[in-house]
Amino acid sequence: MSEPPAPPPASPGLPAAGPAGTGTPAAENAPGPGGRGQFGRAVLDAILEGNSVVVTILAIAVALVLGGLLIAFTDPAVLRAWGSFFANPGHAIALAWDAAASAYVAMFEGAIFNPHTVAGVFHQASLATALHNGYVAAVFNPISETAVNATPLIFTGLAVGLAFRAGLFNIGAAGQWIGGAIVATWLGFGVSLPPVIHVVVCLLGGFAGGAVIGWIVGELKARTGAHEVVVTIMLNYVMYYFLAYILGTSAMQQPHSTNLISPVIAVDARLWHIAGPSLRVNAGFLLALAVAAGVWWLLERSTIGFEFRTVGANPSAARTAGMSVERSWVLVMLLAGGLAGLAACTVIQGTDYQLNFQSYGTYGFDGITVALLGRARPLGIVLSALLFGALHAGGVQMQAATQIPVDIVIVIQSLIVLLVAAPPLIRAMFRLRRARAGGLSETVAKGWNA
Amino acid sequence: MTTLTTAVRSTVAVNRTLIASATFVAFGLADILLFGLFSHGDATFAFAQFGAKVGVPNLVLPAAPVAYALGAVSIAIGVLRATVPLSRAGRRACIAGAVLAFVISLLCWADAGNSTALNVINLLQGTVVYSIPLILGALAGVMCERSGVINIAIEGQLLLGAFAAAVITSAFSSLWLGLIAGSLAGGLLGGVLAVFAIKFLVDQIILGVVLNVFASGLTGYLYDRALVPYQNRLNSPVTFSSVKIPLLGDIPIIGPVFFDSTIFLYITYAMIALVQVGLFRTRWGLRVRAVGEHPTAADTVGIKVLATRYRNVLMGGLIAGIGGAFLTIGQVGSFGKDMSSGEGYIALAAMIFGRWTPLGATAAALLFGFSTSLQSILATLNVPIPSNILLMAPYIVTIVAVAGLVGKVRAPKADGQPYVKA
Amino acid sequence: MKLELKGITKRYGSLVANDHIDLTVEQGQIHALLGENGAGKTTLVNVLYGLAQPDEGEILIDGQPQHLGSPSHAIKAGIGMVHQHFMLVPVFTVAENVTLGMERTRVLGLIDRRRTRRDVRELSERYGLQVNPDTLVEDLPVGVQQRVEIVKALLREANVLILDEPTSVLTPGESQELFRIMRELRSGGRSIVFISHKLKEVQEIADTITVIRRGRVVGQRPPTTSDAELASLMVGRSVQLRVTKPPASPGDVRLDVQGLTVAGEEDKSALDEVSFQVRAGEILGVAGVQGNGQTELCEALLGLVPAAAGSVRLEGQDLTHATPRQRLHSGVGYIPEDRQEDGLVAGFSVGENLILDVYNEPPYSSGIALDRGTINKTAAERVADFDIRTTSTATPVGTLSGGNQQKVILAREIGRDVRLLVASQPTRGLDVGSIEFVHRRIVEERDQGVAVLIISSELDEIYALSDRIAVMYEGKITGFRDPDVPPEELGMLMAGASDADAAAFGAAADHGQIAGGEAADETGLMEAGLYGVGLPGVAGNRREPADEGPAAGDGTHADGSDGSGSGSQSGGTQSGGSGSGPADDSGADPE
Repeated sequence: MSEPPAPPPASPGLPAAGPAGTGTPAAENAPGPGGRGQFGRAVLDAILEGNSVVVTILAIAVALVLGGLLIAFTDPAVLRAWGSFFANPGHAIALAWDAAASAYVAMFEGAIFNPHTVAGVFHQASLATALHNGYVAAVFNPISETAVNATPLIFTGLAVGLAFRAGLFNIGAAGQWIGGAIVATWLGFGVSLPPVIHVVVCLLGGFAGGAVIGWIVGELKARTGAHEVVVTIMLNYVMYYFLAYILGTSAMQQPHSTNLISPVIAVDARLWHIAGPSLRVNAGFLLALAVAAGVWWLLERSTIGFEFRTVGANPSAARTAGMSVERSWVLVMLLAGGLAGLAACTVIQGTDYQLNFQSYGTYGFDGITVALLGRARPLGIVLSALLFGALHAGGVQMQAATQIPVDIVIVIQSLIVLLVAAPPLIRAMFRLRRARAGGLSETVAKGWNA
Repeated sequence: MTTLTTAVRSTVAVNRTLIASATFVAFGLADILLFGLFSHGDATFAFAQFGAKVGVPNLVLPAAPVAYALGAVSIAIGVLRATVPLSRAGRRACIAGAVLAFVISLLCWADAGNSTALNVINLLQGTVVYSIPLILGALAGVMCERSGVINIAIEGQLLLGAFAAAVITSAFSSLWLGLIAGSLAGGLLGGVLAVFAIKFLVDQIILGVVLNVFASGLTGYLYDRALVPYQNRLNSPVTFSSVKIPLLGDIPIIGPVFFDSTIFLYITYAMIALVQVGLFRTRWGLRVRAVGEHPTAADTVGIKVLATRYRNVLMGGLIAGIGGAFLTIGQVGSFGKDMSSGEGYIALAAMIFGRWTPLGATAAALLFGFSTSLQSILATLNVPIPSNILLMAPYIVTIVAVAGLVGKVRAPKADGQPYVKA
Repeated sequence: MKLELKGITKRYGSLVANDHIDLTVEQGQIHALLGENGAGKTTLVNVLYGLAQPDEGEILIDGQPQHLGSPSHAIKAGIGMVHQHFMLVPVFTVAENVTLGMERTRVLGLIDRRRTRRDVRELSERYGLQVNPDTLVEDLPVGVQQRVEIVKALLREANVLILDEPTSVLTPGESQELFRIMRELRSGGRSIVFISHKLKEVQEIADTITVIRRGRVVGQRPPTTSDAELASLMVGRSVQLRVTKPPASPGDVRLDVQGLTVAGEEDKSALDEVSFQVRAGEILGVAGVQGNGQTELCEALLGLVPAAAGSVRLEGQDLTHATPRQRLHSGVGYIPEDRQEDGLVAGFSVGENLILDVYNEPPYSSGIALDRGTINKTAAERVADFDIRTTSTATPVGTLSGGNQQKVILAREIGRDVRLLVASQPTRGLDVGSIEFVHRRIVEERDQGVAVLIISSELDEIYALSDRIAVMYEGKITGFRDPDVPPEELGMLMAGASDADAAAFGAAADHGQIAGGEAADETGLMEAGLYGVGLPGVAGNRREPADEGPAAGDGTHADGSDGSGSGSQSGGTQSGGSGSGPADDSGADPE
């Protein structure tokens, strides 16, 4: 499986004659470590990094515009107006603008801040009554909802992103989510434990449930070379049907119910609300931030993460350096599965308190887009999870206010990732100068044979 | 790279023989311990077809002895596989034998002592029908990947094709227009895949997954926004009806299964033949495969690598789009949210399982179609297996397959690697 | 057909790869392009073949200017090319490969297999190129694959055939076969552009030699030109590069390999009962044409592939079944053949690459926590110590030059306490300065008592470094020699001759019974070949008449020749201490 020779012009045999051959005098003048060079590099980095931030922001903007167009031009009123565009072009454009704008305003109000709620506070007699009657809470409700939506996305984003860094594409967060959800839910209603301990036990169980599913993938890849993309896709469906099966058995089905839904978990197993009882935001969000920080430390500051990154960037070199590539695969998939399992915990123990297909949602696949937008880096993942969390929270509000289907959020989300994945496209759109080559492609292995 | 492959190769080679034979033995034990021991009475297989000109008598088998015998055969195959070095054809025959033995034992057990006969014709017809989108999707994958572009977006292409076919057929009351629209919709997504993969060099696995999410979101949005409120105008397509091929359609058993179906089945036959012959017997195919294996070599003899890839990805999309159209105007009759429900991913698995060849992919797709068909037949027989567990079967089979049974699957060498000229 | 290049200039960024190159290839001529690695030969060839577009200049064929925008233009213009890395599809048959792009078809584009087969067979027979059209290319030996490439070009009616470093993958015997084919093609009126960095081959086969250095044509010479002159043209300065190598003082056996066997493809052994020992303070050089088991030997020594039989012991400790990590920990240092693929992580910083195989040991980590301070500090020290030219230790290693990348690996591997150093192709693709540096550090390691195993397909490197030489052929060691062995003898061993036959041949050659002139020729060439200039010290070190001095060690002579190293290029060898040492002038005779 030796690499096919690089396209000749790409490696014209020149580098050898490059810096060392021709540029000896210049190279000698190059400052040593800690000298001027480092500062120069820092500036250069800032520009390059800045550039990728710029590309990301522009991608988000373009995706929102495209989403807006889609909203506008699927609106019956707008379509009618554009049908007679030449009769009254201003009207047509204004209507289109209104349709998109009202959707996005509703989205913003649902995700971040709704001015009406503030007005509500000021209409109260005193701050105390405002607090007591929940008017203050209402102000923070959109932010709370964004955090609630972002919490599982941080976890599934990390589940995908961590595996990415070790060169594996984990499409299986959805299946791993189910593994975690089943165990956490069962521990939640099936056993009774003291407070705090019950929460911790459920979290550990959820982690383990997801980790087992992830481990299968890693173990199969390590032992037989089965491609993780195929195995994770298949396991997603296996787990999906398993969930459908187990929710219909006496082990998991809510007594006296014909629906596929589990019993409600014990109060002691629930994650604590951190901003008062009327806001759904809970300790799961803090846990997500802490785990993201932990994953960052693992990747950047630990020997295990060093192995993961080496295996991901160059498995041959990793092997030559004495690392066990297979062991890394198994371990990273186990951890990734565990993270997806924790995502399930935050849903079951944080907000839903029982398991059904509603709570299953789309967290697994959303995790892929989160990780891609976050460039597989923990901080990036947290930020993109917050963005997508906001879109989801806002989308629900938007659907309620304007009847525009919440699925538009998925469209916008995938457009963002698509555009971010192709920086040259964004640069061409905005006539930016070229920065570093490659987008997300650098993070992962290429092709089936890799 | 050398290091990696050599190390993996040597350990895996031993493993595969062991895993394969162990799997065969496990199949055999299942035949005996599961199906044999728990079978009581006879199993009846019916071959009757409503309105058939020639009647075929029912076949009655003693379930338990048959299962025992087949189990023994399977174990013998396992032992053979472990002890005797076999050619590739021999290894495939082993797989086929063990699977067949397992399936027949399963059927015997399912119908043992049951008063209703198990209708084999229905089972096979179901197999073929369920296989159509899988085969077309897998062929789309073969088209793309033989030229060196990974296509995970089959799922999205099916979905978009299904949506477009339903809407256009409903709006214009023309099935053929709907079929073309479905195909074009698949091709459109193929075009997006091609541009991002070939021009912008985006990682193709990621790209495919994101495109699937996009297709799901877009059709989901449009469904809620337009198809639900205007159900009658936009989402009530007529469907193609069956066309029986003269003479061939009257052959007992074979006729009703293979020659009495909608236009989609015949398109599928044509596609299988075209892609198979095209890839392996024509100048076009030779060049496509050269581009997928060694694009630089192809380039140096004047073959246009990028153009070849664009063309193939587009054609793949068009084929998958037809498969999508089948879902609405060939089968169900209306579009539903995420109605492709993972069939694109099964098609992908079939393509890999079939080693990137049209015939192999078709065989794999038929196997998956069979397991789905079997599940729906068994459900009617009151077999004590939950249908959800049966629905898992194709996915588990695929995992087992990629992990051990199929031997080393080898993708086209340049599959997934963008070609960059200086 | 006459091919002319006028003022061809090609730039990559600020780098001028080809600088106003003028070249005329007459009909029926073998025209050699001679130049160091990285001199711009490949770029020029890519321009000629339409794979790269020149920024300036023009290409004329029979006086007509050509626009070669793509390989198909070049093919149409009658230019054929045999690439260094073959452009063959391994899973296709010979016939499919040969006709790819100009397939013989019937109706509907169906391939006419019979006609394809017949055409390929006819063509190959006409030029005495024996190939079976129905064999899969991946099943063919490299030499035959090259023939397929030539047939491929001939089918396209190439009048100018470009051969890019065609001998780099061939045994001496296969090279001679290639030269025979080239002469045949020449007599058929075809022109050949032969690209090489090997003086001897160029002198043997070419009608005209054009020397390229740093992208410029620096001279055109007839093949009768002395190697000294060609060499100095090629390198451009009279560098005084040599390995100042004091005599080895071998100690105890450090590495003991017995009967080591590694399974290969289809029941063949990639490594077949290989046994050898390396002592402390000694360099054992493993010579051989690439692909004869050297890669597997390295991988087996490091534990990357399992040993099917035999044993590996380091200082008496059995490592046969140890993991790579255990071996690295036991003091094996490893410089892999392919540094980009196996030695470095391009996207990682210099600092991270410097700890790639020691990251989990103190002082770089404690528990699972990396100690960034120590890592950075050590990295800075290594960068200074090994003269790694980088802007900082945080720079991605992929942005460094090949020489500096190799220094990073070297610094990592010998920077720790190694007992055995395994270096595979340690200077491949490096510039002269880096080669010198790498060689010096390797010899220094030896002198500190490390056992060193060098695997190289460059004979010159083997001669320059080895205290003893082992030759590999088809997974076996065909013989051991001292570094004073004549190159013909090594060549025979490399081509699979038995130990005894090679020895008999070598002895004869040494006594001038077989083509004395040619033997002398070899000497001059080898010495010139190493760094492209005369290397008296190295030459003297290895080229000792058998009847003079002890067979092993060879130290005194090496010393003597070292002393004379600064002498004139043609005289260096002679004063190196052997009366029968040939002069370069005689060696320059091409016939």
